[in-house]
Amino acid sequence: MINLAAPVEGSNPALNITIFAVFVLITLVIVFRASRNSKTASDYYAAGRAFTGPQNGIAISGDYLSAASFLGIAGAIAINGYDGFLYSIGFLVAWLVALLLVAELLRNTGKFTMGDVLAFRMKQRPVRAAAAVSTLAVSFFYLLAQMAGAGGLVALLLGIESKAGQSLVIAVVGILMIVYVLVGGMKGTTWVQIIKAVLLIAGAFVMTVWVLGKYGFNLSSLLQGAVDKGGATGEGLLGPGKQYGASGTSKLDFLSLGIALVLGTAGLPHVLMRFYTVPTAKDARKSVVWAIVLIGIFYLFTLVLGYGAGALVGPQTINGAPGGVNSAAPLLALELGGPILLGLISAVAFATILAVVAGLTITASASFAHDVYANVVKKGKVDDPNAEVKVARITALVIGAVAIAGGILANGQNIAFLVALAFAVAASANLPTILYSLFWKRFNTQGALWSIYGGLTATVILIVFSPAVSGTAKSMFKGVDFHWFPLQNPGLVSIPLSFFLGWLGTVLSKEHNQDKYAEMEVRSLTGVGSEKATPH
Amino acid sequence: MERDVAHEAETDWEEIQASLEFARLRKRLRNFVFPVSAIFLLWYLLYVLLADYAHGFMSTKVAGNITVGLIFGLLQFVSTFVITGLYVRYANKNLDPISDKIRGDIEGAAK
Repeated sequence: MINLAAPVEGSNPALNITIFAVFVLITLVIVFRASRNSKTASDYYAAGRAFTGPQNGIAISGDYLSAASFLGIAGAIAINGYDGFLYSIGFLVAWLVALLLVAELLRNTGKFTMGDVLAFRMKQRPVRAAAAVSTLAVSFFYLLAQMAGAGGLVALLLGIESKAGQSLVIAVVGILMIVYVLVGGMKGTTWVQIIKAVLLIAGAFVMTVWVLGKYGFNLSSLLQGAVDKGGATGEGLLGPGKQYGASGTSKLDFLSLGIALVLGTAGLPHVLMRFYTVPTAKDARKSVVWAIVLIGIFYLFTLVLGYGAGALVGPQTINGAPGGVNSAAPLLALELGGPILLGLISAVAFATILAVVAGLTITASASFAHDVYANVVKKGKVDDPNAEVKVARITALVIGAVAIAGGILANGQNIAFLVALAFAVAASANLPTILYSLFWKRFNTQGALWSIYGGLTATVILIVFSPAVSGTAKSMFKGVDFHWFPLQNPGLVSIPLSFFLGWLGTVLSKEHNQDKYAEMEVRSLTGVGSEKATPH
Repeated sequence: MERDVAHEAETDWEEIQASLEFARLRKRLRNFVFPVSAIFLLWYLLYVLLADYAHGFMSTKVAGNITVGLIFGLLQFVSTFVITGLYVRYANKNLDPISDKIRGDIEGAAK
């Protein structure tokens, strides 16, 4: 991470900025066109539920494949070989949880947010408030990581050296995000994600074929290239253990991460909210199928790109470059196609951040307006239907401002743990509660509150007292040591704890709403009375 | 929300929930998603544990530089795609017809 501010050698910042500006212009035009028909709450939160399964599937992959997936995983494979590949497997297999257990039932039962489903047969106000707290927490951690990442990425690609200049870029990202969300609502945001997903997957495809072509389309030769460039420890790239194999604690840490990854995805609020943008549960199923195929193929590309960067650029050059591990994919683009391909890939990476932050912002603002304002504050009696959307828009503004400020403050920090934190909260606080409320007859308000707040609190406490925050050279706070929890990833403890608390809270309370339970189960399995698409 | 209110007034959810048809739908759904979820989670856990604790085995070369670990990893992709395909086929054939019928009956009766 030395000299983060200097651009990659051979990069042409003017070209990069031009390509990126073209992307912004095209998406802005589309967002403005999308806003014409956007009037009701259903339009703003769920794009009128008018997207098709395949469209939504592409948008989901656009939402899910963040800069961490693209730059982070390719870089991790280039440096650590096999261990980097492990991430992508967790991220992919996780989608089966969403497909089999969550997507369709959630689409049938809810309207706009995770809180709709969790509170369906519970006491509305406390459960909705809890769902909103957890949604806002996950979205905030995820958002902060993306925004702070944008600072480093831009430094790397555009050659903006000063902290003030980087802060300005973070502010521009934040303002663009606010414009997308305020003007386009869910429809505009979805189109940004679709365009970005197509560009990202196409770009990765071209580079993958290019890399494989250099090695006669022989994976084994490509791996040999990476081993040769890897020096004395090059052979270690082919098997596991380079990153996590050092000690018993690091192995346990990896197990913990693996569990949080596979259970976290189906509890990410911005992923859940995407299921509401299609007309029926069957379309939600189709969306997940498309997302699984696209995300799976993309991760196979990153496997080739990671080893390709290791073989063609080499770990020494990558580690020495500004941006370190994250520069593996951009450096590979430069090596293959010169400044033009680098500019294209840089613009795609930047677009990735924009699309992901826009998705997070609309989710967080919907949860605040729909769960907190309309149902907790107004007790479900909002007279003017436009009032809720107005609150959502104001919330989006506030979240945008907070994200800009937080991103500027967190710029240059070790932010990887923020993403781990978001996944751990989603897996601990959200997923157990969702599964219980969809499948367990006995589950009740107290159980829901205990599993949400218990999972959230445990995760945050364990992270604060983990080596990610203090006690090591790579910690957020250097020079102090108040850690007592040995793992960076809390999932191994917090996920079982939340399942246990959900069970305990339930059996210690006598509440059971048989009528609402019957309604919820019938509706979730059959789609009776589910929200329909709005005709335009 | 008007539509919901109308439903609540005219639909006896508990009666539908207790019906044989609905019980069959629930059983078919759970008979598929619970065992299959258990299988893929255990299969993933096995993979994570092997990658975590059996470095020697996973680094064994099978052909050229292709290791056991790489094959195992790629098999996780294959199993994910296969389970996705199987579920879609199962849902289209065994779940959708029943749920469509129950929904049709309720929405027909409420009109």
